Amino acid sequence: MKKKLMSVLLAAALVSSVLAGCGGAAPQASSEASASEESSGQAAFKIGGIGPTTGAAAIYGSDVRDAITIAVDEINAAGGINGYPIEYKFEDDEHNAEKAINAYNTLKDWGMQLLVGTVTSAPCIAVSEKTKEDNMFQLTPSGTAVNCVQYDNAFRVCFSDPNQGSASADYIAGNASLKDKKIAIIYDSSTEYSTGIHDSFVAKAGELSLDIVSDTSFTTDSATDFSVQLQTAKDAAAELLFLPIYYTEASLILQQADGMGYAPVFFGVDGMDGILGVENFDTSLAEGVYLLTPFSATADDELTVNFVKKFNDMTGHIPNQFGADAYDALYAIKAVAEAQNVTPDMSVSDICEAMKKGMVEIELTGVLTSPAAITWTAAGEPNKDPRAVIIENSEYVLAE
Amino acid sequence: MLNFLTYLVNGISLGSIYAIIALGYTMVYGIAKMLNFAHGDVIMIGSYLIYTFMVTGGVNPLLSVLLAMVCCTVLGIVTEKVAYKPLRGASSSLAVLITAIGVSYLLQNLALLIFTANPKSFSPVITWEGISLFDGELRIQGVTIVTIITSLIVLVCLQLFINRTRQGQAMIAVSEDKGAAALMGINVNNTISLTFAIGSGLAAVAGALLCSAYPNLTPYTGAMPGIKAFVAAVLGGIGSIPGAMIGGLTLGVIESLSKRYISTQLADAIVFSILIIVLLVRPTGLLGKKIQEKV
Repeated sequence: MKKKLMSVLLAAALVSSVLAGCGGAAPQASSEASASEESSGQAAFKIGGIGPTTGAAAIYGSDVRDAITIAVDEINAAGGINGYPIEYKFEDDEHNAEKAINAYNTLKDWGMQLLVGTVTSAPCIAVSEKTKEDNMFQLTPSGTAVNCVQYDNAFRVCFSDPNQGSASADYIAGNASLKDKKIAIIYDSSTEYSTGIHDSFVAKAGELSLDIVSDTSFTTDSATDFSVQLQTAKDAAAELLFLPIYYTEASLILQQADGMGYAPVFFGVDGMDGILGVENFDTSLAEGVYLLTPFSATADDELTVNFVKKFNDMTGHIPNQFGADAYDALYAIKAVAEAQNVTPDMSVSDICEAMKKGMVEIELTGVLTSPAAITWTAAGEPNKDPRAVIIENSEYVLAE
Repeated sequence: MLNFLTYLVNGISLGSIYAIIALGYTMVYGIAKMLNFAHGDVIMIGSYLIYTFMVTGGVNPLLSVLLAMVCCTVLGIVTEKVAYKPLRGASSSLAVLITAIGVSYLLQNLALLIFTANPKSFSPVITWEGISLFDGELRIQGVTIVTIITSLIVLVCLQLFINRTRQGQAMIAVSEDKGAAALMGINVNNTISLTFAIGSGLAAVAGALLCSAYPNLTPYTGAMPGIKAFVAAVLGGIGSIPGAMIGGLTLGVIESLSKRYISTQLADAIVFSILIIVLLVRPTGLLGKKIQEKV
């Protein structure tokens, strides 16, 4: 009898943990009321953040979380937004759409008025459906998929996927040493991020008559063995390998290419950012890797130097592009809220309307583009120039 | 032709990894008649242990693998005693299966807590470069050769152990009929614990080879290879030790060749379709025994 009871208990525990995923959406209606009550009681902006701080994409989420903390502390120390301080809370979504929705609901229960997030594309799309419903202002630091900002209440700091793909093709075509190389592509056909960049890269490369000789893919379920894809590229005599993928897989590709004695020029996009942070990774393999990223931690303007130093003091490593995106996101919110006279006692929906209106009017000089400025379009897209970075002596260096 | 050979070799090296993982799956299933879905995660834990000993502790690679084998063996016995044994008398075998999935999540989340999610780059245990044929046109990596040899050694040892020793004979008896085995004076609990001990010890070896071939270590490293190896074990005939080896190699070669000659996107779909076809024609797998149901 005892055994039976035990087994039922264990099974019940498991089932309940699975069901918990669906249950999170239920208490929505009641939380909205409590959120507005709470926010009117306290004179502080409640800004929520969502992103993966555990799981495969944890590097991105934790950098975003820490960068926002730095920005919030700076803004609060300088007197807050319109004289009101910021309260900030960050929830983990493990790069999972369902958990992101749960995190969003948790934050709404807490009284969130503005959302900085989410960090990765698929959860961001899921959460944007919710923010649309609630008319909550959403600014994603790094959700690159097109649909992340499909609604007018959502904006982004980073480039969109198509933008990254076509910008990469532009860069390669404009670089004398790269433009005549035969190009191979390996992309992840199971993520929106990678396919989005891939499709726009191929389209743009066609226009610019770049020579793509091999185009292969993998899926999340087969992301360990790349020997066939690499061999295909090698057999096609490709001299440049375009990798619109995340650094976890990219680090494996670099190692496997080295193992088979294949050494093309590797060209990545922002997902490649972080490859030097892989523990125990032989960084000499990444020497000469190009990546198109909007942020360079080695830039020497005052804003960047200050941010990089504070970030390094706090976390012990140099921020990646995601941290910089998030830092600028907070300053964008500050600039817009001040221009539109937004105060914490306004309702979530009123704040959103004011922010939407103000977002397209500001010019932000942040760490991403300094000394140039970023502006936003009503579609939620930023206008800014990408920078190509090359890895030299285990550091990201601006490529000319 | 040479081109084809290269892809064949790639397939065999992938398959040899599946094979050594599948050996652990099939061993536990064959004796205890339960699917230990946590096997892939024991592999992951084993790899982390080796990483910790080798990279953080500076221990010799071979010694690290041995130490990890010991730790994994203990882990295997403890999980069996704590999680699976209390359920052995349960009316449905589903309870054990669900618990195994629970253990799998438990191990993943433990690893997430202890080792964090940041990927670690595994230093290969095998540093041998391998051999080059046809003026370097065809390279067989050292880790592939070592994996195949290790799998073969494990295969032979397991066969000898099961067929030639008293403990092995006891395992066969337990797998055929637990009640009758107990009546014959066999300690069923100890025998099943021993099975788990061997299976988990093998997992540490599989972890060393898996991460030497694909040196990226995260808490989810063991999950997908574990599932693929399970498929390999079913393909070869689950419970059959030589079947696991053949199933693993077949799966790897099919995967590699379909990626090359058909489509990289469809590779997984093709692999699993072949599994379905094989099971339709031979429900017990390639080398599985025909089981006659008694009425």
